[in-house]
Amino acid sequence: MAFEYLDHEADVGIRAIADTLEGAFEDGAKAMFNTMVDIAAVHPHEKTVVGVSADSPDSLFVEFLNKLLSKADEKGYVFSQFRVRISKKGKSYNLSAEAWGEPLDVKKHKAKTEVKAATYSGLKCWSDSGKHHVQCVLDV
Amino acid sequence: MENIEVKQTSKYVWEIPKTGEMLVPGCIYGDADIIKHLTDDIKAGKEWNALRQIVNVACLPGIQKASMAMSDVHPGYGFPIGGVGAFDMKTGVISVAGVGYDINCGVRTLKTDLTRNEVEKKKNELAEALFNGVPAGLGSTGDIRLPIEKIDEVLVQGAEFSVNLGYGFKEDLEYTEENGHVKGATPETVSREAKQRQFKQVGTLGSGNHYLEVQYVEQIFDEKAAEAFGLRKDQILISIHCGSRALGHQIGTDYLKTLEAASKKYKIPIRDKELVCAPIESDEGHRYFGAVNCGINAAFANRQAIAHLTRRAVKQAMGVSEESVKMLYDIGHNTAKLERHVADDGKEKQLLVMRKGATRAFGPGHDEVPKAYRKIGQPVLIGGTMGTCSYILHGTEQGMLETFGSSCHGAGRNMSREQAKREYRGEGIVNDLAKRGIVIKGHSLAGVAEEAPGAYKDVTEVVDVMHNSGIAKKVALLKPMICIKG
Repeated sequence: MAFEYLDHEADVGIRAIADTLEGAFEDGAKAMFNTMVDIAAVHPHEKTVVGVSADSPDSLFVEFLNKLLSKADEKGYVFSQFRVRISKKGKSYNLSAEAWGEPLDVKKHKAKTEVKAATYSGLKCWSDSGKHHVQCVLDV
Repeated sequence: MENIEVKQTSKYVWEIPKTGEMLVPGCIYGDADIIKHLTDDIKAGKEWNALRQIVNVACLPGIQKASMAMSDVHPGYGFPIGGVGAFDMKTGVISVAGVGYDINCGVRTLKTDLTRNEVEKKKNELAEALFNGVPAGLGSTGDIRLPIEKIDEVLVQGAEFSVNLGYGFKEDLEYTEENGHVKGATPETVSREAKQRQFKQVGTLGSGNHYLEVQYVEQIFDEKAAEAFGLRKDQILISIHCGSRALGHQIGTDYLKTLEAASKKYKIPIRDKELVCAPIESDEGHRYFGAVNCGINAAFANRQAIAHLTRRAVKQAMGVSEESVKMLYDIGHNTAKLERHVADDGKEKQLLVMRKGATRAFGPGHDEVPKAYRKIGQPVLIGGTMGTCSYILHGTEQGMLETFGSSCHGAGRNMSREQAKREYRGEGIVNDLAKRGIVIKGHSLAGVAEEAPGAYKDVTEVVDVMHNSGIAKKVALLKPMICIKG
């Protein structure tokens, strides 16, 4: 999995690196859910579809993560696999994604900590030597 | 390398002189150790550092006097944790980063007639009853289930809603900041998504650094204040640390977008994207503040419900009445409040005070302080780290003048969660604390490791800065016996 955690005293910084922007978003989502549970223990059993839009790729990343948090909370689910599509129309970046997971089982999924929100703090989205990077701070 | 100058102006007060785009100086309460930790972060080129965050806040329009940081200062998002900013109503702004996502996260402390010896004998039974009786941990849901229409009543009524539902007593409200509900809550400014996330979570503790702790009074520093607060040596207290849960988180998330657009619309210079904001007196500002007030009330309702679940557990395990478990006080530390203070023009006027990981600490004589405590000042509840200690302080007149009546809120981290997980194991901490007679019941061992006592500053050092600088004075020292971690 191409994601890492950054040292942030109060909260959790996440960074994902992939060949495509979509892939970096997918790994970023994994990094977030892996803060909450052990995602290796989450069976990608059922699909949930989410869609968000924003005026920049970095805002889109935060929107995406927050939408996933809201969906997970509402359904009592956790997700472990993601498929992201991003398109640009005019000034707007649009994302549609499938998130795969199952109902949260505190024991089976080895629950860790709750993520309150993905924040704009440290938010960056950039490409370097053909790799796409995204990062932000999660409020936990 | 970035350089931020920090000058000592008195024994416990340090200044970041006003330079560049700063509208006011930065002002930090700390000792040499606390300040060194901050300047070391700058030298190490740490991506997130509190000094830069203090400077960024000092650049926000309408800020009064100084961008302040209390002695538990550490890097947050946008504002530092321990950050206080007071803003002029006409020229000032409101920001999600000044309140935080866990709106009105705070501490409620209950006092009992039980003694340390009495609880010592039944410690495991009480721990078990609290662990089973108070829903906590990732994804936990409460036993209050409300139809979505009822959520609006929670958002307006706050703690009173829980009391009316049978969770607590009328007297509890008198000993809650703002009597357990703030005015100006506008449920229509809160999204359906936020309300939907709330209805299962009233009366749940949450996770992360949230906890419920059974403590005994180990030391009294101020007999007169302790008597007014109803505290005595060896008495058992119970402290609850939690906030507005997912409702608050969603309000923050929703309004980050609104305020991002508002920053562009009103051409507010933003040095950190998380600091997006809107003029207080704008449609966006009004809507966000109305929603924040809803979040504040939701947190009061939540702590009220948890307090009552706690009473039930104490009754079950210790055989005492629910009525015998009384309120000491309930106070938030992630808030935006309309308060009257002396502004930069020398006039006393209404200001919007944002406290991000800072506790209101009103001095003696203030109307907002419950009558029974008014001669002393408001109780300031400082949660320590699991396994160390907590403090009760009281607000002072000096604090009113220097920090807009604000104090630190906890120990403050000095180690990242990642580093804590590398250095500590949850099982090891539980065993170490057990050897010292402290029972820890956690829903997540990884969570316990992240909250390891060694990952925090020494709470005594942090509190001593507040005490010695005169901002808030020590009343009592509490030691933990049982800790329930979310």
